[in-house]
Amino acid sequence: MSAPQWNNKVVKWVDDRLPVISMLHHSAYEYPTPKNLSYMWNFGSLAGFVLVTMILSGIFLVMNYTPHTSMAFESVERIMRDVNYGWLIRYIHMNGASMFFIVVFIHIFRGLYYGSYKAPREMLWWIGILILLAMMATAFMGYVLPWGQMSFWGATVITNLFSAFPIIGDPLVTWLWGGFSVDNPTLNRFFSLHYLMPFVILGLVVLHVWALHSVRSNNPTGVEIKTPKDSIPFHPYYTIKDLYGLGVFLIFFSAFVFFAPDYLGHPDNYIPANPLVTPPHIVPEWYFLPFYAILRSIDFTIFGIPAKLLGVLAMFASIVILFVIPWLDTSKVRSSKFRPVYKWFFWLFVIDTFILGYCGAKAPDDYFLGIPGLKVIVMGQLSTLYYFVHFLVVMPLVGKLERTKPLPASISESVLKEGANA
Amino acid sequence: MSQTVHSSGEHQPDENRRDFLTLATTAVGAVGVGCALLPFVDSMNPSKDVLALASVEVNLANIPVGQAIKVMWRGKPVFIRHRTEREINEAEEVALNELVDPQTDDARVEKKEWLIVVGVCTHLGCIPMGTATGETRGDYDGWYCPCHGSHYDTSGRIRRGPAPLNLVVPEYEFLTDTSVRIG
Amino acid sequence: MRKFALTAIAAAFAVTAFTGGAAKAAGGDQPAPAAQDWSWQGLFGTYDRAQLQRGFQVFKNVCAGCHSLRFIAFRNLEGIGFNEDQIKAIAAEYDIVDGPNDDGDMFDRPGIPADYFPSPFPNEKAAAASNGGAIPPDLSLMNKARVGGPDYVFGLLTGYEEEAPEGFDLADGKYYNHYFPGHQISMAPPLYDEAVEYTDGTPMTLEQHARDIAAFLNWTAQPELEARKALGMKVILFLIVLTAMLYAVKRKIWRDVEH
Repeated sequence: MSAPQWNNKVVKWVDDRLPVISMLHHSAYEYPTPKNLSYMWNFGSLAGFVLVTMILSGIFLVMNYTPHTSMAFESVERIMRDVNYGWLIRYIHMNGASMFFIVVFIHIFRGLYYGSYKAPREMLWWIGILILLAMMATAFMGYVLPWGQMSFWGATVITNLFSAFPIIGDPLVTWLWGGFSVDNPTLNRFFSLHYLMPFVILGLVVLHVWALHSVRSNNPTGVEIKTPKDSIPFHPYYTIKDLYGLGVFLIFFSAFVFFAPDYLGHPDNYIPANPLVTPPHIVPEWYFLPFYAILRSIDFTIFGIPAKLLGVLAMFASIVILFVIPWLDTSKVRSSKFRPVYKWFFWLFVIDTFILGYCGAKAPDDYFLGIPGLKVIVMGQLSTLYYFVHFLVVMPLVGKLERTKPLPASISESVLKEGANA
Repeated sequence: MSQTVHSSGEHQPDENRRDFLTLATTAVGAVGVGCALLPFVDSMNPSKDVLALASVEVNLANIPVGQAIKVMWRGKPVFIRHRTEREINEAEEVALNELVDPQTDDARVEKKEWLIVVGVCTHLGCIPMGTATGETRGDYDGWYCPCHGSHYDTSGRIRRGPAPLNLVVPEYEFLTDTSVRIG
Repeated sequence: MRKFALTAIAAAFAVTAFTGGAAKAAGGDQPAPAAQDWSWQGLFGTYDRAQLQRGFQVFKNVCAGCHSLRFIAFRNLEGIGFNEDQIKAIAAEYDIVDGPNDDGDMFDRPGIPADYFPSPFPNEKAAAASNGGAIPPDLSLMNKARVGGPDYVFGLLTGYEEEAPEGFDLADGKYYNHYFPGHQISMAPPLYDEAVEYTDGTPMTLEQHARDIAAFLNWTAQPELEARKALGMKVILFLIVLTAMLYAVKRKIWRDVEH
């Protein structure tokens, strides 16, 4: 990578001393990108956009928010009613959280489908999982800040998860709370961390992009770039494609912000927190529902480990397991496009996560989709089982046994072939 | 290292059209970004509840002649002085050309005995002394700003020191003889 | 490739609709209140000022006896079509506790537009004591804080039954309501025909009163609704134009690339 020669004197002066412009030029301009990326590759840059939007809207919300149990709810309502465009900024932030998860979940599913976690992209994948974990922590703590009923009881339930650990559990929870229940100290520390975490995420994103740019983007064929003919410079080809995708996404986002701002939220969070009354039906935000379903599915004891601890472990394991899939997947082929058997299991897994989400939203004793005799808890247990079976059994076995389709010799060959078929 | 497979040179015939389209899109996009930032900027302006509280009513009945009080208005002190005959004369007799910021006393009061000014030094925003009984009132019997030594007279006008302007007269209205609404 | 993208986008829609809907479908055994027609529904729906003012009348004469409306200031009534003088007159009808005065005592004074609607009870304990232990909730956000929003409010107010169904064990001092969770509500039926006197010729039925107060409470919960939708229209139209232009530029740039 030879440093480009800058004609502008100021640019050259700066770049000779701190080659930041060259760096940006390499990574956002000439970065050689596979020429066959589909629209599924738009979601990475979209996630970056949403992160920036969240930080920006968050900073402006903080200018009017008061992190105190006696004023948090009121200050949020003041933002909604009195602050100029406060309602807009808050609805952007509120729905932006959901958008962030939609975009990131699609991004992760894309990675799973096209085998983007496989060597040499393990570090890239790991950093991605860390980003997901950081996002979950941030979203959870952010949801507590308006200090509504769901904020309060969500905080109570989730922090109580840690009491499942033997011996250290109870002191740990007291430490998390800074008291003997979720109260003002808890709200204050969540506020502090909620402000900190986005910048941690931002740092992780820089690492994520760095890792990406050193191993190069995967692509729908899963075949690496071999000759210069396989790639095109990032700019203008992918900058414009990303911008077009951003336009489509913004329409989707705006539809929620302006026309259904509370659709993804829960009415109980417009009731101020009341430590004496638990709402009859506590559900987390939709993006936590699959994990919540896994937590709740474990209502039995194994080897004397209590259900409560098992549930917590299963929930954490459902994410931690993602760290080891580069080794659980034994297939030599990356892209599911060329894996006729695994492809079906992939879609089964996607459906499985949807079922988990549905189960997480329902009371355990409800009937699944109203089917008599099929309790939500049972369906949740089956789906939890498949969730882990998929990674621990299907991935290693199918990878070994499956007869994959022949791979194209190169990206440009596959492009030409598809072009001829079209 | 960058391998531009299709250098722009290949598009000669279209060059203008593409430029126009790209330019127009860039312009529309820029307008969009600008408009998107406006709500954020506007959110930092005074909010509706702040604007709604922008007036305060003060009862003057309890201020004896020769004394002054401070009241809060929009988060700032307002000085209300019940002026003595001597103070009024002093304020009226000054020749305009002696003043840094020439203004007649008449232009600064509604009723001669009541002087109402925002109690913030026009230099750098400190609160001048001289309202409470016993505080120094400076060389001109009005107020004295301890921060950088500005002297104000009995009409709240700047007479000496670094402050460039007279103490600001807020909008106010006498509701009755003994009550005034500021703002 | 394209199929995958489409599926993913469909899935994104599905997951939001599905889980969002599922999360809301939760609840007890009470029936879901029937959906009503409201003037502000749809992309272009706006509030009916006359209806909001009637609803305000219902609030003032009926609800305000027990319920607070703490997030609404008199100045906000501009949003339902009152002018400055009317607002001043309405505000002045209320006694607002202010102070302490120079003697250190709290005192009552007539309200001004900047004041908020005073609570009928000095504190929660007093509210509970006067209402058989049940605290009448604040109404400012009621339409956002209940599943079903205005439909629920309307259903609740019109869903009283004089006699509990046979076999239902109704506690003393409670009333039977179809839509209240558990069916036992502490609030006596607040509305009846001609509970409030309308001056604009609107029929003074229980149902109309309930409809009007539900509309008013929707405004108190979402006063920004009209501005939000109007801005949303502009934003989305703008985005459609911009996105179409970006697509054209994208086509142009990619035209000669085999991909």
